[in-house]
Amino acid sequence: MTEIYTFVSGPLAWVAFGIFIIGSIYRLVSMYALAKAKDGSSLAYMSLPFGLRSILNWMIPFNTMGWKGDPLMTVATFVFHIGFLVVAVFLGAHVVLWDTNFGISIPSLPDVAGDIVSFAVIAACAIFAYRRIALPHVKGVTRGKDWFALIIVALPFITGVLAYHQVGPVLLMTILHVLAAELLLALIPFTRLSHALFVLFTRAYMGSEFGGVRNARDW
Amino acid sequence: MSQIADRIISDPGLENGVAGLTTEKIQKVVNRMLEGETGAKLKAYRETCMRCGLCSQACHFYVSHDNDPSYSPVNKATETMYELMDKKGKVEPQRIYEMAQMAYTECNLCKRCAHYCPVGIDTGYIMSMVRRICYLLDVVPQYIRDTAHSHASTMNQMWVKDDEWIDSLQWQEDEARDEFPGLRIPLDKEGADVYYSVIAPEPKFRTQLIYQAAAIMNAAGIDWTMPSEPGWDNSDMCMFVGDFENMGRLKRAHYESAQKLRVKRIVMGECGHAFRSVYDMGNRWLGHKKMPVPVIHAVEFYHELMTQGKLKITHKYEKPVTIQDPCNIIRGKGLMDKLRDVVHFLCEEVVEMTPNREHNYCCCAGGGVINCGPPFKNTRMTGNRIKADQLRATGVKDVVIPCHNCHGGLEDIIGYYDLGMHGKFIGDIIYELMEKPEM
Ligand code: SF4
Ligand code: SF4
Ligand code: SF4
Repeated sequence: MTEIYTFVSGPLAWVAFGIFIIGSIYRLVSMYALAKAKDGSSLAYMSLPFGLRSILNWMIPFNTMGWKGDPLMTVATFVFHIGFLVVAVFLGAHVVLWDTNFGISIPSLPDVAGDIVSFAVIAACAIFAYRRIALPHVKGVTRGKDWFALIIVALPFITGVLAYHQVGPVLLMTILHVLAAELLLALIPFTRLSHALFVLFTRAYMGSEFGGVRNARDW
Repeated sequence: MSQIADRIISDPGLENGVAGLTTEKIQKVVNRMLEGETGAKLKAYRETCMRCGLCSQACHFYVSHDNDPSYSPVNKATETMYELMDKKGKVEPQRIYEMAQMAYTECNLCKRCAHYCPVGIDTGYIMSMVRRICYLLDVVPQYIRDTAHSHASTMNQMWVKDDEWIDSLQWQEDEARDEFPGLRIPLDKEGADVYYSVIAPEPKFRTQLIYQAAAIMNAAGIDWTMPSEPGWDNSDMCMFVGDFENMGRLKRAHYESAQKLRVKRIVMGECGHAFRSVYDMGNRWLGHKKMPVPVIHAVEFYHELMTQGKLKITHKYEKPVTIQDPCNIIRGKGLMDKLRDVVHFLCEEVVEMTPNREHNYCCCAGGGVINCGPPFKNTRMTGNRIKADQLRATGVKDVVIPCHNCHGGLEDIIGYYDLGMHGKFIGDIIYELMEKPEM
């Protein structure tokens, strides 16, 4: 068991990081090349200030028409994304990992706080799932890919919480947790989760169009 | 949830078009179009859309049909473009019928959904690309197709012949001289400050608008002209059909006729879609980032006249009015403040609709939907109950509507929901309030 742990947390982690980084670069570069070849009439209007204006406005909860219209979704979205980053980077166990593997030392979240945030992220995932099952306008457009994406982001959190609370064999749970996290990382560039890579650009483009050409708000 | 397949409307253009299709042909055209014409924008949209459904609440079709998911923007994109992309065009001909009906008649390309999508997906753009595919497959509602053919053959929307056009202008000049002695509609005046362009339905059905425009230009002492040759029509149904080649021809003719006369700029009449075509789509198709000749919309022009003190009125319009924000000049150009300044200058009391400004609801005529003709009139009426509610809530009788399409659309809604209201162009009001010579 310990060998498996050493393997998944050692070489396999490097592979996952590698796939994530190289995959992301590949996706971004090839998308940009395609945009340059085909979307000249859109690229020409890209504007940094208007792009940022739009991104910032959409980063404020309840600031936009979209966020105002569906408060539950808004709360779930913000809790999920902020919680995701906070746990991934600042959780005590992860901070140790940054230090031992990369020699980067950053402050860590108190364990209790990390635990609460993890639960909050899982709750947000549950809300996403609830929407896909219960709301007709979400259910109708939900496909297998959407469920797959939701499951692979939820898994590391579920296994992490189980491992931390020592539900089931700890080592096994930890291995599963690390595996789930690696799977997630490696799949980001190639699933619905790629929105993490592209959203800044789609948002910035909408912002540029609305700001620079349409002279109107896009929120 | 309803299905598009259950609400198929009979239309000869769609029926005959689909009759000539096979799955192989569809595949060929779809893939050629997706590889040759669209690029990263569409691909990123399909991938980045999280199917969160937040855009649903934006769309007047969805809201007006008691939140029927079939009309939500993301569902329309999913059932048309995303399906074509996923299946690489391998769909049955009947499916193209359904997609065409959705894209041409159940989306006004109004882009209101842009205010609701967190990741910035432009459903209006996606639906335009679906239309482009349907056009290339020759599956287009008959009425709008006819109009686009008129554009392609005569360079104007209404098959107005070259001599009829000049005739109409001279006739209006003649009529107006009875009321305003000395009034002129100068044709082909080289180097004029203003080149005034209109949509072809003006000489065809609403000639009085040209009369009124002439009265305003003369009263304000504007150095203006109208062209005698093709290019005078600024409207553009080819854009909405997906016939981008002819959209390009039309816009080129429009710009070039102004360039030939070496005018300082183009002032367009009160129309929204024509403005979109000149300012947003046709120009980009031609590769112009900025207009080759400066172009402004009537609202901007009136605003200028107002601020320069050239717009003189004898009194204010007394009855309360409300304002329709035409998507194409509001969400399309940001004219909401100027529009309000002008209307407040002219009218005593303005009762706003809510939501308004860039969050307005479309009239449901836009995007060429009204041009798809009588078979789809009910689509527009049931699809915009929300607009009727909005209008009714103002309690006023007069609606200021600075857009031809919105005029047609709102008049229909007002009739269908029995609101007892009337639409007015800004030109109508200015004409009514301006000083006229004693008779
Ligand atoms: S009609 Fe307007 S709001 Fe509805 S999908 Fe089309 S562009 Fe979006
Ligand atoms: S709001 Fe945007 S991301 Fe969400 S379903 Fe609609 S188009 Fe997709
Ligand atoms: S017709 Fe008017 S409201 Fe409707 S889309 Fe055009 S500009 Fe918008």
